[in-house]
Amino acid sequence: MAYKLDAKTPAGELAQKWSNHKAAIKVVSPANKRKLDIIVVGTGLGGASAAASLGELGYNVKIFCISDSPRRAHSIAAQGGINAAKNYQNDNDSVYRLFYDTIKGGDYRAREANVYRLAEVSNLIIDQCVAQGVPFAREYGGLLANRSFGGAQVSRTFYARGQTGQQLLLGAYAALNKEIAAGSVKSYPRHEMLDVVIENGEACGIIARNLVTGEIERHGAHAVVIATGGYGNVFFLSTNAMASNGSAAFQCYRKGAGFANPCFTQIHPTCIPVHGTQQSKLTLMSESLRNDGRIWVPKKMEDVEAIRKGTKLPSDIAEEDRDYYLERRYPAFGNLVPRDVASRAAKERCDAGYGVNETGLAVFLDFKTAIERLGKETIKQRYGNLFDMYEEITDVNPYEQPMQIFPAVHYTMGGIWVDYNLMTTIPGLYAIGEANFSDHGANRLGASALMQGLADGYFVLPYTIGDYLAKKIQAPKVKTDTKAFDEAEAGVRARIERLFAIKGNQSVDDIHKRLGLIMWDNVGMARTKESLEKAIVEIQALRKEFYSDLKLVGNNESFNVELEKALRLEDFLELGELMARDALNREESCGGHFRSEHQTEDGEALRHDDKFAYAAVWEYKGIDNVPEMTIEPLEYEFVHRAQRNYKD
Amino acid sequence: MNFTLKIWRQKDAKSQGAFETYKVENISADTSFLEMMDILNNDLIHKGEEPVAFDHDCREGICGMCSMHINGHAHGPSQAVTTCQMYMRKFQDGSTITIEPWRSAAFPVIRDLVVDRSAYDKILQAGGFISVRTNSVPDGNAIPIPKADADESMDAAACVGCGACAATCKNGSAMLFVAARVSSLAKLPQGKVEGARRAKAMVAKMDELGFGNCTNTGACQAQCPKSISIAHIARLNREFLAAKLKD
Repeated sequence: MAYKLDAKTPAGELAQKWSNHKAAIKVVSPANKRKLDIIVVGTGLGGASAAASLGELGYNVKIFCISDSPRRAHSIAAQGGINAAKNYQNDNDSVYRLFYDTIKGGDYRAREANVYRLAEVSNLIIDQCVAQGVPFAREYGGLLANRSFGGAQVSRTFYARGQTGQQLLLGAYAALNKEIAAGSVKSYPRHEMLDVVIENGEACGIIARNLVTGEIERHGAHAVVIATGGYGNVFFLSTNAMASNGSAAFQCYRKGAGFANPCFTQIHPTCIPVHGTQQSKLTLMSESLRNDGRIWVPKKMEDVEAIRKGTKLPSDIAEEDRDYYLERRYPAFGNLVPRDVASRAAKERCDAGYGVNETGLAVFLDFKTAIERLGKETIKQRYGNLFDMYEEITDVNPYEQPMQIFPAVHYTMGGIWVDYNLMTTIPGLYAIGEANFSDHGANRLGASALMQGLADGYFVLPYTIGDYLAKKIQAPKVKTDTKAFDEAEAGVRARIERLFAIKGNQSVDDIHKRLGLIMWDNVGMARTKESLEKAIVEIQALRKEFYSDLKLVGNNESFNVELEKALRLEDFLELGELMARDALNREESCGGHFRSEHQTEDGEALRHDDKFAYAAVWEYKGIDNVPEMTIEPLEYEFVHRAQRNYKD
Repeated sequence: MNFTLKIWRQKDAKSQGAFETYKVENISADTSFLEMMDILNNDLIHKGEEPVAFDHDCREGICGMCSMHINGHAHGPSQAVTTCQMYMRKFQDGSTITIEPWRSAAFPVIRDLVVDRSAYDKILQAGGFISVRTNSVPDGNAIPIPKADADESMDAAACVGCGACAATCKNGSAMLFVAARVSSLAKLPQGKVEGARRAKAMVAKMDELGFGNCTNTGACQAQCPKSISIAHIARLNREFLAAKLKD
């Protein structure tokens, strides 16, 4: 049965929608909030800010995270910054401009009303974080400093050195600690959600595994919030933290929640290139580096070859022999084009044979001009920690020789479908932050992930969840000795037992690496009908191998990292196929989704608004069955959809 | 490169632990330390043995999850990096590397190299925050903050909460960790309001949880992957004394 999707977008003028909506939705009285329980899964920017705000409001909140402390969530690794439409630089920024840049950056595949709301609350986030003691960068006059990020012609990015995500998360974590101390939030670290429990069609709790003891636990609540981030690790190699996974979101999908636009993956242009075959993780170099770094490859093939052989250093190449290809192709935005555009341009040069390392998969990010203009000291102040990190990893000093970079998987715009209230297709089940699909369309702009996580957690969900919970004020505490919990727990136990019983020969990593290669080669930066069909067949075959040849050591009743990884890989093996199916369906190019069959003469992404101006929402039909797709049309009332132009 | 690894193995908190010796071979110099551990673990799994449990996550030196004592140094012999940011080129080919968990009474071993650092969370819950409600705050530029103060606050806020300071300290003191948070907030006008209460509450919680006292050896600063200065401990002491004098 196809979904009946209602985005619940409020009527009225764009700028009034959120105010109108807040005025129209129900609120829960303080006396009733005390009786209501909420589970928040994940403690990154979205989860921590939501849990802290909900606890403050008086709800009883339980938070779950897989790491040893809520502070470790992957939001912490975000480097560059967070956008807000403060217009502190007086460069004609506004809520509308941030909205417009975001919707254009997403290649017109996000909902207008959601994106506008995101831009509208962005300013509140900065105020909130400053009040929490986040040490943002400041000017000598004591006011907040800004820098520029890709896809924008204004300076609206707030930052704390190259550690903005860390500082914002520590702010949200501190807010959470305040509530834990007050007793309104109870923390369950080293716990992993393995299923969501549904009763009478509504979310009523989760099954979690205590990662230290292996105990399988039941937790009931009147609403469940999924804030578990993205699923980029389906590619094995990505910039995501090692334990980042799509499993909580995938359990929701298995239980009936719609999964939207799974193929929308962001490939970040500035990562340290892959070396050898034994790497476990890729390292991101912040987009902020593109403020001052210039991207180039040599113009002459002989120079490329000399650099690869080591007979020439990059610094030996004369200015006139360098191809600053982003500045050449996109004069208006130059090195600050959006990520999808920068990544594809790097791929184009490398495909043409100009890649500058031994694998042919690298381009230069050069600070020579900036050092000449600003001095080494200024560059050190701006990017010192990133330069040190680069040198530590590669043994090359980026003050003297350019960095080598190449695109890598970084973020997933797709995720659990949610309405304007951030509720999934299952009543009482919410998804926030990267885990949902709502705000970034087909490509996310830099410094907007932190913005969305905190917008959802601090300023949207605490209001919208009340509209649902107002109906629950007379509901008793959720009982966990029901049939729904029995079945969910039995399902989890059976899943774990099945994996231990396989007793094959391949480790989790062996299989995950193979899945990653299938995904990167066929569902990566450029996709074709042929590659996607091939990926589906290969993933199905690999999944069969997983169930017949997995080697899992240890047991459930202990601290067993291999079991955690195996359960996550099991989900990735289905999610990868879903991504390929979605990419196959979407016969257009938009944002990070590039179908080689659909490009302009200049090699830019070619959308087909007449056929694909929609969110594709997938419904689970069983492991080996084809999922069913329902369409949510994206109607644009306020913005004219144009071919994205970063040239002039 | 080839290495001999002497690794602490311990089944759980209650069991006795011991060193086991392993060999890893053909490791590229560009391999990170934790990738070397991944390679070892994959070999162990193929032999049907249980892999070495160790904490790690972002592998970019920022999450604070990794926590190994390597050749007697927290986060290994390199200065100012976490274990995950260390590369095998820093070690001599053919050498023996000793790997242990954090050794601190306040951080009990969970398994192998994994320890329980929840004591750090508890210290921060005692007062490591500014009590502001969501949405009840002034404009971000309402209170100018001198750049030097904001920068110093950021220096302290760089702490990743890994536990190296307490694990290194011969007294098992968490002073550098506590100082980093207290000092970071004390340098900001927003943090001053609750400054006295914060310093007292966090120090009291640290004592209660079994961390030792600070005798200013400076070992914590030397081993801190973020080079947090013990000048922050001086500021904590000042905040604490001033608060106590007011009582």
